[in-house]
Amino acid sequence: MKTCLERLYNGLIKENPTFVLTLGMCPTLAVTTSAFNGLGMGLSTMVVLALSNLLISALRKVIPDKVRIPAYIVIVASLVTVVGLLMEAYVPGLYASLGIYIDLIVVNCIILGRAEAYASKNKMLPSLFDGIGMGLGFTVALTLIGMVREFFGNASIFGFTGPEVYGTTIPVLLVEIVNKIFNPDSASAFVRGLNSFFAGEFSSYSPIGILIMAPGAFFVLAILTAIQNAIKMKGEAKGKDMSKIQSGCSSDCLNCSDSGCSHRLIQPDKVVKKAKEPVKEVKEAETVATEEAGKEEK
Amino acid sequence: MKEKLEVSSNPHVRSKVTTSSIMFAVVIALLPASIFGIVQFGWYAALLIVVTVGTAVLTEHLFCKICKKPSTIKDGSAMVTGLILALNLPPHLPVYIAILGAVFAIVVVKLLFGGLGQNFMNPALGARCFLVISFAKYMTNFECDAFTGPTPLALLREGEPVNVFNMVIGRTGGTIGETSVIALVLGACFLIFLGVIDLKIPGTYLLSFVIFVAIFGRSGLIPYLTGESSTFLDFQYLAAQLSGGGLMFGAFFMATDYTTRPITKKGQYIYGIFLGVMTGIFRLFGPGAEGVSYAIIIGNLIVPLIEKATMPKAFGKGGERA
Repeated sequence: MKTCLERLYNGLIKENPTFVLTLGMCPTLAVTTSAFNGLGMGLSTMVVLALSNLLISALRKVIPDKVRIPAYIVIVASLVTVVGLLMEAYVPGLYASLGIYIDLIVVNCIILGRAEAYASKNKMLPSLFDGIGMGLGFTVALTLIGMVREFFGNASIFGFTGPEVYGTTIPVLLVEIVNKIFNPDSASAFVRGLNSFFAGEFSSYSPIGILIMAPGAFFVLAILTAIQNAIKMKGEAKGKDMSKIQSGCSSDCLNCSDSGCSHRLIQPDKVVKKAKEPVKEVKEAETVATEEAGKEEK
Repeated sequence: MKEKLEVSSNPHVRSKVTTSSIMFAVVIALLPASIFGIVQFGWYAALLIVVTVGTAVLTEHLFCKICKKPSTIKDGSAMVTGLILALNLPPHLPVYIAILGAVFAIVVVKLLFGGLGQNFMNPALGARCFLVISFAKYMTNFECDAFTGPTPLALLREGEPVNVFNMVIGRTGGTIGETSVIALVLGACFLIFLGVIDLKIPGTYLLSFVIFVAIFGRSGLIPYLTGESSTFLDFQYLAAQLSGGGLMFGAFFMATDYTTRPITKKGQYIYGIFLGVMTGIFRLFGPGAEGVSYAIIIGNLIVPLIEKATMPKAFGKGGERA
């Protein structure tokens, strides 16, 4: 059960497929024009991901190694067809707005990546939870991006619009308060001018349309990722143990010493094993050197 | 050996020209167009210019402070970016849109890519296109007290007559700084006189644009040959195309931006021709009447390609073997 919880946490934060691994960019950038679209896309991907992980893990000893990718595709495509038909029947509006991206879940690299990196090597229950965790991470990321884009690009959140959501009335109100404080009887020309200026300014407010178009997706994704990296770097600078929220992988599988790593893409053969020891020494020497340099600077 | 021979590292000959002196020269060169815009469009235009320039400088200062880096506002580039952006705005734009544009230009287009000299795209133009896409309603509304109705370029597109004399002087609708050809050319002459810019890019840009319009435009070569037009080369039309819209402004002040133009001579000619052809395509065959800003932005994006193709080989590198 501990591994299952760890998998959930891993998918949500440590190896969030969108913000950390930057996988599945096609739906991330194309679909998140509104929070609801992002949520729908994330949830449908999560269902496919969890079930495909479960099935692939169950069949991992049956599928021959040489044809594993076509076999995975067959499993994923069947699941996507089921999900697509269900969505068309019960949520036709969402199905219409997501369009081709439902079918494109088949070739979503998160799904194939998890099948290859985790489900094909692990037992069924952890694989199921790995799928749910990754899917949740994807859903949270897509909903966040969708919310930000919808808020700035369409002045609504989950389709709800209101004058309070966006500064239509508040600045006008503020100016009126200032107006009353400064001159309760008859507003001076300056305050009146200011008042009409701000009223004109903000009543004509229109949302930033570019954010619900294609370029907006790049802006929002980049800024959200930058914020997340900034938080991590700040924590690191303070000397906190960030291993819990950082992906434990330096992404350099060839020189990695952890041969039991479940995300290993390149299996260490004998040549690499021989070369491993000096590499480790060099790395240690480097870290010692940088630490010393840091002390000297201090 | 009493005398010590000190050898410093190169460069040994230093120019007195600094970044800030160039930027200051550009600001002075833009003054005629700014003053003309204020006189023509009224005090609100002056407010827009002041707010945009102020926001650009303030944003750069704050961003540098937040990132704990030395403030770079003293080189004057933020001021130039703000001024060029302001001159690219319609005279009755709500102030918050101008502020948003200035912040976008400085933070997203310029500083996030590493600041002055590192930006891949002209910041002012990037922000202008951002605003045009986001606030199309406000950014394409050039109506003001003095001028109502469409801009000369829109009239030209409909095939209606325009007054070229008014276009050259600048008594037409349009953005704050783009209308007066005389004021812009005056500023450009000042810059050419100082050696800040040269005629390579603007010259090839304008020339290739004129040739493109002379071939494909109304009463150009192709309509003449196919019989669509009975006259060959309507010079009034050509002059109107040349002095309309932001062409002069773009050719002299935005296409020549040091950071986003090619550094090789051959590359600058290619860049100018590319800009001219792209502007022609946008104006004659595109959905809108204006195309200078998009043409220059696309030109900025292919600059690395041009430079790669035209970079001269160092002596001894490559070449044919005997």
